[in-house]
Amino acid sequence: MAQDQTKTQAKGLMGWVDARLPVTSFVKAHLTEYYAPKNFNFWYFFGSLALLILVLQIVTGIFLTMHYKPDAQQAFASVEYIMRDVFGGNIIRYMHSTGASMFFVVIYLHMFRGLIYGSYRNPRELIWLFGVGIFLVLMGEAFFGYLLPWGQMSYWGAQVIVNLFATIPFIGPDLSEWLRGDYLISDATLNRFFAFHVIALPFVLAGLVAVHLVALHEVGSNNPDGVEIKANKDKKTGIPLDGIPFHPYYTVKDLVGVVVFLIVFASILFFAPEMGGYFIEANNFIPADPLKTPAHIAPVWYFTPYYSILRAVPPIMNSQFPGVAAMGLSVMIFALLPWLDKSPVKSIRYRGTLYKKWLAAFVVSFLVLGYLGTVPSNIWGQFGSWLGGADRATVVARFFTAVYFLFFILMPWYTAKDKTKPVPERVTY
Amino acid sequence: MKKSNMKKLFTLLAFLPLLALANESEISVKAPIDPTNKESLQRGAHTFINYCLNCHSAKYMRYNRLVDIGFTEKQIKDNLLFAGEKVGDTMQVSIDPADAKKWFGVTPPDLSVEVRARGADWVYAYMRGFYRDSTTPTGWNNTVYPKVAMPHVLYELQGEQVLNHETHQLELVKPGKLTPSEYNAFAADLTNYLAFMSEPGKQSRKHMGWWVLLFLGVLLVLAKKLKAEYWKDIH
Repeated sequence: MAQDQTKTQAKGLMGWVDARLPVTSFVKAHLTEYYAPKNFNFWYFFGSLALLILVLQIVTGIFLTMHYKPDAQQAFASVEYIMRDVFGGNIIRYMHSTGASMFFVVIYLHMFRGLIYGSYRNPRELIWLFGVGIFLVLMGEAFFGYLLPWGQMSYWGAQVIVNLFATIPFIGPDLSEWLRGDYLISDATLNRFFAFHVIALPFVLAGLVAVHLVALHEVGSNNPDGVEIKANKDKKTGIPLDGIPFHPYYTVKDLVGVVVFLIVFASILFFAPEMGGYFIEANNFIPADPLKTPAHIAPVWYFTPYYSILRAVPPIMNSQFPGVAAMGLSVMIFALLPWLDKSPVKSIRYRGTLYKKWLAAFVVSFLVLGYLGTVPSNIWGQFGSWLGGADRATVVARFFTAVYFLFFILMPWYTAKDKTKPVPERVTY
Repeated sequence: MKKSNMKKLFTLLAFLPLLALANESEISVKAPIDPTNKESLQRGAHTFINYCLNCHSAKYMRYNRLVDIGFTEKQIKDNLLFAGEKVGDTMQVSIDPADAKKWFGVTPPDLSVEVRARGADWVYAYMRGFYRDSTTPTGWNNTVYPKVAMPHVLYELQGEQVLNHETHQLELVKPGKLTPSEYNAFAADLTNYLAFMSEPGKQSRKHMGWWVLLFLGVLLVLAKKLKAEYWKDIH
């Protein structure tokens, strides 16, 4: 009762609203009295940038949906209609296509930040798990969305990916048919992918982003030193000594990051929206043709590391399933990081050289596999008969696939064994 | 990780796609086209409508979009519409797809976005790459599109070439109405137009881009000053 009285006593319009909806306390908890470490660096821009792109994708997506037709007979034409006849349609379409690729650029950098500063460690395991969930849903969004322009790459890319499910023992063929809703990628598939892309997955994504943020604000942000700022609080106020209110300090700082990002974004959007075929593939300007398989089917760049892993793993007993399983594992394995890392320190600043070498090897593997996934596997020719005439690129991909997985599998060993440096009491600023 | 190392890594990541770009050109000659040259685009449009549009549609391209390359609507109506089309219509083709398939073996593809699918350099090479070949149904073959079903529609202009199988070079054996350099310019104009047609909004998009970047540049200065003002009391 006492609480009710103080609520009704608050004055003015905000007082009236606050008595009915906790606006002021929400703003305080998440912005003006959310204390973030003051030593955030370059790597800490990508969380807010990811949120920005999510909003951008939703808004541009709404406008695209107003003119796009999810119909195998009309989809390709409706995209060209948007590009030519809808006022500002070409800009909105390019914002959406550039946004898709930049979403992955930002998310990969955001995840890398988590790796180098140990942001997945206790007490932030759940934040990391929700983040992996966001990453998976994002991959789904990208995959379903890529079918919608109904070009050759849309069509055959979807064909390849759905067929991966057909390799699962016993249930595979039925499963892939169930996913497609037909015996081949068709109008039925396009319609359901559209439904997933514009309704189902955006809802899941928004929910996961919300819990990602709530969990983050519950435990507080990590920082480049990996020290917990809540361990050193001002005795009177209870505010962390190294913490500063997110608003205004990080809102104005993130604004700088946002503008720099938008400069990069606009440079691509207005001057090179295809990014040399990496963001929009040339083959996708040929309408989908179920009777004509393109000579080289390559996924968009953000899927290529996993696609390389898929191709690198040899079939066992005529089944491609091991490759498919390895590809799935290569994405899912990120979820195990909080429990694989046994180091006493979080941040790379205080780790030893062993971890740094493994991380570098992982980054190199990721990039090499990413590159190899964009090109045919015979790109570097074949080895002589002494290696069974295998494609050179395939052998290289196999090597880096092994490194990719060893980074995770050996992590409990090398993080425990690594010689760490002493961690300071307070953050360095 | 040191700050300078991070910056290096980030720069590397940003430019990674360029590495792969370097080795993609199969076509050695770059199409000499200039999307800002409106006379060239207009000549190309005339060629496209007079020669190509008999068999190839451009069904996403509206006639009145040609005002973007300097035609007036009156010019379009008077000089470029032949079969009772309206100026707001898209460039359809009167040939029946089934007939076309019977005659050529394939339906001639729509050319609205051909340059985006194949690249301007390919299109330029294709139009200069026809040569006499008695082994094909049409009597023509093409260096960049072997066994193509399309005959050399422009042979009156270019003349007839044959492929020298020793040097792998094309040789002009029967001159056409145009000299080789005139024909090259002709093919370049047509390629220029096809490139325009594949994305009519490209030039205005780039133009808008400079204003957006200018705005963002100013905003960046202001945002940095705002940040510095707030952060001066953080020590």
